[in-house]
Parts: sequence; structure tokens; C-alpha cells
Amino acid sequence: MTAAPLSTAVLTTPPRKADAMTTPTRAELKSKPLVEVMAIDKSFGPSRVLKQCSLDVRTGETVVMIGPSGSGKSTFLRCLNLLEPVDGGNIFFEGRDITRERDKAHLVRREIGMVFQSFELFSHLSAAENIMLAPMNVLGLSRLDAHDLATELLGKVRIPDKADAFPDELSGGQQQRVAIARALAMKPKMMLYDEPTSALDPEMIREVLDVMADLSAEGMTSIVVTHEMGFARRAADRIVFMESGEIIEAATSEAFFGGSVGERARRFLDQILH
Amino acid sequence: MSLDLVFDYLVSPVFLRGALMTLLITVCSLFFGVLTGLVIALVQETRSKAGNMVVLVYLWLFRGTPVLFQIIFIYNVLPSFGIRFTAFTSAVLALSLNEGAYMAEILRSGLQAVKKGQRTAGLALGMTGAQVMRLVVLPQAARIVLPPIGNQMIGMLKLSALVSVVAVEELLLVANQVASANFRYFEALTAAGLYYLALTTVFMVLQGMMERSLDPKRRRVGSRTPTLMERLTGSMVRASVR
Ligand SMILES: Nc1ncnc2c1ncn2[C@@H]1O[C@H](COP(=O)(O)OP(=O)(O)OP(=O)(O)O)[C@@H](O)[C@H]1O
Ligand SMILES: [Mg+2]
Repeated sequence: MTAAPLSTAVLTTPPRKADAMTTPTRAELKSKPLVEVMAIDKSFGPSRVLKQCSLDVRTGETVVMIGPSGSGKSTFLRCLNLLEPVDGGNIFFEGRDITRERDKAHLVRREIGMVFQSFELFSHLSAAENIMLAPMNVLGLSRLDAHDLATELLGKVRIPDKADAFPDELSGGQQQRVAIARALAMKPKMMLYDEPTSALDPEMIREVLDVMADLSAEGMTSIVVTHEMGFARRAADRIVFMESGEIIEAATSEAFFGGSVGERARRFLDQILH
Repeated sequence: MSLDLVFDYLVSPVFLRGALMTLLITVCSLFFGVLTGLVIALVQETRSKAGNMVVLVYLWLFRGTPVLFQIIFIYNVLPSFGIRFTAFTSAVLALSLNEGAYMAEILRSGLQAVKKGQRTAGLALGMTGAQVMRLVVLPQAARIVLPPIGNQMIGMLKLSALVSVVAVEELLLVANQVASANFRYFEALTAAGLYYLALTTVFMVLQGMMERSLDPKRRRVGSRTPTLMERLTGSMVRASVR
């Protein structure tokens, strides 16, 4: 299943987020894709890691990606915000072809937030400073404005009292929420999460997923690589299943959890669900 | 034994000049040593085959022979190939090239200690490569390399005594000359030793100040940097560096 059946899946996706539909402009935006990935290929040496992968993500939509280890999910996200060059295919962001924008890649990345499995907070900076760094140096915010922004975002991720804590003084769940706040500080049009809870102890997974689900409910366009099917059920508009570098399936959340899942995806789900 | 004579030596122009020469050799050699080390570290990072081959030979030569040998070689043997340097230049050249071989390793481990994921995170925030280097990698690498570079600083001060072999008028040579004129070895060497101790102490204080200025938690209560006494005696177990 590649480009053609996928776009029909996109068109049939029912709008799930009530507040994203309240204003006509939002609804308008929602009708056209924010990101269009068209048949991208990516190889590392002899191994083909992405094979003709296509995916459209519309403004306000949350897409959950699942698939076995090594299937290319991380690579897909990294290609999308131009951290890896693709070998073939095209990526459109807001209708603009960004695929070959190597020397302006940093301008594209300002608009796309990314959250990593290993948090990657900057260890020499406090939580607030982690959040302030890019707004000050990339967007040119004053220290004061950046600090206000950090305070606001730390409140949003529910750790308002940890502004001065350093990464090694925070729990994994708190670190990941600071990382989310850090990405949000750039006011991105889209968030990419690469297994954001895989490195967390079970009791901390919830607090991170809650923050992510809130953002999705507020209309933040997101692609989430995760095996937390509870989160997928709660927040996803669509579920994408990847295997050996191919997007095998892209179903609406309703269809997916309603049981209309392909054979290979079902086998994978059986594996992770017990 | 006369403490008065020790004091006289301490304030005498000849000892003062010797101490300044020691300081000059140390600072120059450190500066060019760090520079050389940085070049080597960056060449090693690029993974160019030819570059790495050159670096390998360089490291092999300068780590495989005594510094004393290198100093004498540059001063006494190179002239027969038509390459002639003053004693001071030979001394600084030998010490810098030797230092570079060790500094490269320190700098490289510092750069490598900042994991790739940190750079990726910086890039993902929309920073340029140069911004990532300046705002993310270097501040973290600096914290990692500062303690070993501080040790090299003090090591270099002591190593500089070796250049007396090519008759550079540094502290040890001066002390030795003065002493051999009147056989007051105790006084002359005590004066020199006091100068060495004073210089190393100054270096350690500087090192401490630099480490504190790079410690992100310095503004907060409960943060603890080693005291001068701990530094001098090396009794502080260095906190693990992330
Ligand atoms: N920089 C790289 N160089 C070489 N091979 C790579 C590189 N990055 C990824 N790969 C390979 O590409 C394949 C896909 O990797 P990727 O990390 O995208 O998978 P994934 O679906 O995210 O897996 P996981 O669930 O384990 O994170 C793997 O076989 C991996 O070994
Ligand atoms: Mg991955």
C-alpha cells in the first residue's frame, strides 16, 4: 500500500478534534496537508531503509507510527525534518518542496519540533535555559521574553517549579517534558516524537503521554512513533504501520481499533500487546 | 644556610628574569600546544586517510621519544639540515609539538564525550551547525577538557626546566649558574623552588577560577568546587564529568 490508497485514507479521516474545528480558518487549514511525503527512498550503504514511503499529514492531525525495531521509523522522522537526506522522492511542507534544501534545512527545522527517546537535554543548562536557548539564539528573543516563554511552557508541561533544575536533577519523565517544552518554544507547526516514552520507567510514562495528548487535542500536528497503544487509541487520528522500510498500512484510528487491520500489522500487534 | 641570601635571590633581577622566562616558555608552549592539538583533533575527526596517516606518524614520533631528546634534536641536529632556530624558539617548538600530541587526545575525548544526540537535538531546534558547535558542543566539551588541560598546564611549567639543556636562561639554569659560582646550592635552589611553587599555585588558582566559571550550577547553594588546599594536594576526588 503506497501513495494512492493512502490519500483516500486521508480523505476519509473524520475530524476528531472538536476545538480544531471551531474556527473556519482551522477547518480550512485542515483540508490541506501540512506535510506530504511522496515515495521517499533512503539507503544506508547497501541496506534500503525506506522504500517508496508516502504519507500525508494534515494540519491538526496526530499520526501514530508503529512497527518492529529496525523497520525505519526513526529514519522516516529524521528524513522528514531533513536531518537525513533522502535518495529519492519528495517532501512537501506547507505545499513547498523542501526535499533538496540542504543549506536551508535549519530554516525548515525551526518549524518542526522533535522529541527523542533519550531526551537529549543540554546538560550544561538548567531546564529553563534549555527551553530559552533556541528562542534566544535562533529567533532573537530577549532573555526576558525567553524566560517568560520558558515559565509559561514549564507550566504547560506541568513542572512549573523545576525551572532552575539541571537535567541530572530531574526524573526521566520530567526531563522528557522539559524536552517537549524546549521543542514547543520554537512555536513549531508540527511535532515529531521518536519513542518518547521508551526510556521511561512505567510510572512516568503516563505524565509524558498526558502532555502529548493535550497538545494533540489542542490541534498540534504530530507524528508519534510509539508502541503505547493506549495513547494511540486516545489521541491518534490515524495509525501507520511500518515494516522493513515500507509503510504497510495507514488506517484511521476508528478503522484500526475497529478491527480492520491487515495481517502483518495484526501479527505485530499480537506481539507487542501481550 | 642563610635565609637572607634566599631572600636576596628571590628579589634579585636575575632570578626574576629566570622566573619570567620560565613563565614565558610555559605560556607560549601551552598556547601553541593547544593549537597544534586542536588541529590534530580536527584532522582526526574528519577521518581523511592521508590526514590521519600524517597524524599517526606525528603522534608516534612525539610520544615515542623523550621531550629532552626532542629539544636537543631541534636545537642541535636540525641546523645540520640548514634549519636553524634560536635556543628559545627551539625550546618552545619542541615543547609545543610534544604538548600537541597529548593535547590532541584530551581535546578529542572532550569533543567525543558530547554525544551525537546532543548535536542532533540542537539541529532539530533549527540551529545552524556553527550554532550547535558554539552553544551546545563547546560549552560541554570545555567542562570536560578543563581539568586535564589544567594538569597539562602545571606539567608544562615543570617540563620547562628541561630547556636549560639548550642554555635558555630559565629559572633552573639561573639557579644552577648562581649556585655553581659560590656553591650556595641550598639558597639558590630554595629560591628557585619557591618561584616554582608560587607559579604552580597561581596556575591552580586560575584553573579553579576557570572551572568555577564553567560550572553551570555555580550560582546555587550547595554547589561545591574544590578548595585551593584540595587542589594543591590533589585530595579531592574529581566529580565525575558528564
Ligand atoms: N546512520 C545510520 N547508518 C547506517 N544504518 C542506519 C543508520 N540509521 C539507521 N540505520 C539502519 O536503518 C534501519 C532502520 O533504522 P531505524 O532506526 O529507522 O529503525 P526504527 O524503526 O526506528 O527501529 P527502532 O524501533 O529500533 O528504533 C536499521 O536497520 C538501522 O540499522
Ligand atoms: Mg527508532
